[in-house]
Amino acid sequence: MTAPLPPLVPGPGVTAPGSQPHDIAIEVEGLTKSFGNTVVVRNLTMKVRRGLIYGFLGPNGSGKTTTIRMLCGLLTPDSGRGTCLGYDIRTESEKIKRHVGYMTQRFSLYQDLSVRENLEFVARIYGLPDPRGAARAAIARLGLEGRAEQLAGALSGGWKQRLALGACTLPDPQLLLLDEPTAGVDPKARREFWNEIHALAAQGLTVLVSTHYMDEAERCHEIAYIAYGNLLAHGTVKEVVAASHLTTWTVSGDNLVALADTLAKRDGITMVAPFGTSLHVSGPDKAKVDGAIADFRADPALTWEPAEPSLEDVFIDLMGQAQGNGARS
Amino acid sequence: MIGSGTRMFLRRIGAMLLKEVLQLRRDRVSLATMITIPLMQLLLFGYAINTQPRHLPTAVLLQEQSDVGRSILSAMKNTRYFEIVREVRDEAEFDRLLQSGTVLFGVEIPANFERDLRRGDRPALLVAADATDPVGSGAALAALNTLTTTALRWDRSIPEFTAPPFDVRSHARYNPAAVSQLNIVPGLLGTILTLTMLIFTALAVTRETERGTMETLLAMPISPVEIMLGKIAPYVVIGFLQGSLIVGAGTLLFAVPILGNLALLATLTTLFIATNLSVGYTFSTLAQNQLQAMQMAMMYFLPNLLLSGFLFPFAGMPTWAQWVGETLPLTHYLRIVRSIMLKGSTLAELRYDTLSLVVLMLIAMTIAVTRFRRTLD
Repeated sequence: MTAPLPPLVPGPGVTAPGSQPHDIAIEVEGLTKSFGNTVVVRNLTMKVRRGLIYGFLGPNGSGKTTTIRMLCGLLTPDSGRGTCLGYDIRTESEKIKRHVGYMTQRFSLYQDLSVRENLEFVARIYGLPDPRGAARAAIARLGLEGRAEQLAGALSGGWKQRLALGACTLPDPQLLLLDEPTAGVDPKARREFWNEIHALAAQGLTVLVSTHYMDEAERCHEIAYIAYGNLLAHGTVKEVVAASHLTTWTVSGDNLVALADTLAKRDGITMVAPFGTSLHVSGPDKAKVDGAIADFRADPALTWEPAEPSLEDVFIDLMGQAQGNGARS
Repeated sequence: MIGSGTRMFLRRIGAMLLKEVLQLRRDRVSLATMITIPLMQLLLFGYAINTQPRHLPTAVLLQEQSDVGRSILSAMKNTRYFEIVREVRDEAEFDRLLQSGTVLFGVEIPANFERDLRRGDRPALLVAADATDPVGSGAALAALNTLTTTALRWDRSIPEFTAPPFDVRSHARYNPAAVSQLNIVPGLLGTILTLTMLIFTALAVTRETERGTMETLLAMPISPVEIMLGKIAPYVVIGFLQGSLIVGAGTLLFAVPILGNLALLATLTTLFIATNLSVGYTFSTLAQNQLQAMQMAMMYFLPNLLLSGFLFPFAGMPTWAQWVGETLPLTHYLRIVRSIMLKGSTLAELRYDTLSLVVLMLIAMTIAVTRFRRTLD
C-alpha cells in the first residue's frame, strides 16, 4: 500500500512579502465558521511552514473545503484570526489572491474556452506582462502542446486536472491551495500529479492539499486531520501514527468474517477492518487489545502478527473518537 | 398481464408527476411568474392602457380675448381629450413646447376670430398636433372636428347657422400623413434593444455561478466593478450594431426620416444600450440561476412593452402608470429616438430624458455591484 515516498525535505525558504516570520506560510488561530446552525469549522488553529506539502485530511463534510475557502478570502470566518503569506485573511484578501493559486474541487475553468484561451485569460487577470508567452510556456510545461486548441470541456479528467494545476501555478504563486485535486483521476495521472507537486515544493512553493487518499497523505511532509470541524491530529505521518498509541494486530486465516464480528464486540477493540486476506485489529489500550484477542491466539487456523498501525487505521480510529465526542456533547 | 401493465404505466406517470410537483414547489420564482405575469397583464391592460387617450397636454395661444374663444376652449376641455396646461404668448414658444414633447397639441385662436365669426366668414381655429404617435393624436383630432358644430350652439350672439360657423385647420406635425411605420420603427429600435440586451447580461453572472467558474473567478485578483464592466462592454458593441441594422433597414425599407443629428442619435442609443445591459446584469446578480434570471427579465420586459408608450400612447395612461413608465429606460429612449428621428430634436430639448437614462443606469450599476457576492458566504 505504501508507495515509495519522495524525500521529506522541505524546499528552500522563499522571501515572505508580509511582516510574518519568514518561514510560516499559513498561521490561523481559533477559526470558526457556521452555516445556519451547523458549525462547519470549530476553533481551528494551525500553522504551515513554507516550502512544505501539507496534507489536509478528514471525512466528507469535515470542513476542509470551508477552511481552504477562508484561507483565500472566499469565505469570511465568524471568529478567529489568521494570516496567509503574512497577509491578514480578513482584511487583506485582495493581496492574498495575488499570491495564492486555488484549485477548486470541481473543475472551474471555462469549458467552452480552449486550453490556451483559458491560460491566457488567467495570465491577463493576474496582469502578467506577456500573457501569450506565459500561456505557451505553461502548455509546454504541462505537456499539453497537442491539445492547446482543444476546448477545456473536451479534456479527460486527468488532463482537466493538469490544466487546472497549470492555471493556478501560472501567475507564479507562493502558496497553492488544492482542494481534492485528484478525486476521480486514474492512478497514473495521480502519480504524475504528485511528482509535479513535489517539484513545485522543491522550488519553494507551499502546498496545502486536501485528499481522501491515504497514499497521498503519506506523500505529504506534514498532515492535519480534521473531522466535524475539529482538528484532531497533526504533524508528520510518523508523528501522527505514534501519537495515536494504537495497538494493531494483523490476523489471517479461515472464517475471518465471523471473527471480525466477534472481535468488534469485545471490550478494548475499537476497530476491525479487512485488508485483503487479513484483518487489522486495533485498540488504544495495549493490555485490553491483547486480552481481547487472547482466546483466538491459540487457534491454529489463525496467524497473528503484531503490526504498525497504518495511517488509515489511525484515521478511522480518530473518526470514531470524533463521532463519540459528537454524540456526548 | 395487461391490467398490471396499465397499472405500472399509471404508477410511473404518478411518480414523475409527484417529482415535478415537489421540484416546482421549491422553485419559488417560477411560481411567482405564474401568478404575477397574468395578474400584471390583466391590471395593466385593464387599468393603465387606453387606446383612446384623454387629457392630452395642450397649449393655447390666444391672439384675442373673446367669449367665443373661451367657449371653444371649454368645449374642448369638455371632450376630455384636451387638458390645457399652458397658455403661451407667441408661436415660437408654441413650437418649443411641441418640439420638446411638453404638449401634444397647440391650439391658436387667431386675431379677429370673434369678429369674423359674427360676420359669418367662417374663421379657422388653428391646431397643431404632434403626430409622432398617430394613435394618440387621431381620436382627439376627430373629436375636434365635431366641435365646430357643437361648441357654439348656445351662443346667442352668433347668427343662426346651418353650416359650421368656423373651421378647424389642423396640422399634424412631424408625421403629417400619419404613417404608422414612422412611429413603430423608432419604437421597435428601443423595444428590440431592450429585449436582446436584457437577455445578454441577465445570464452573465448566473452562468458563471451555475458552471462553477465563479469560484475560480472570485479567487482571482479581479474586482466586482471590473467583472461587470468587462462583461457589459462587448454587448455595447453588439447592441450598437443591432441598432444600426434596425435604423438602416427602417430608413431604407420604410423611408423613416432622421431629421435630427445622427451622432446624437448614436450617442444616446449607446447610453440606452448600456442602461439596459446594466439592468440585465443586476438581474443576473439577484437571480440564483439562469432560469430565474430569464424569468426576471421577462417580468421586467412586460411593463416595458405596455407602459413605455411603445404600443399604447403614454399620455393616455393614468398618472400612476405614467410614474411607473418614468422608471423604465425604454420610456425615455422612445421619446429620445422619436424626437430625434421625426422632430429633429436637440440634446438640450432631450436633456430630461437623457439625464433620466444616466440616473437609471447608475442605479442599476450600483445595485449590481453591491449585490455582487464577493465571497461564497
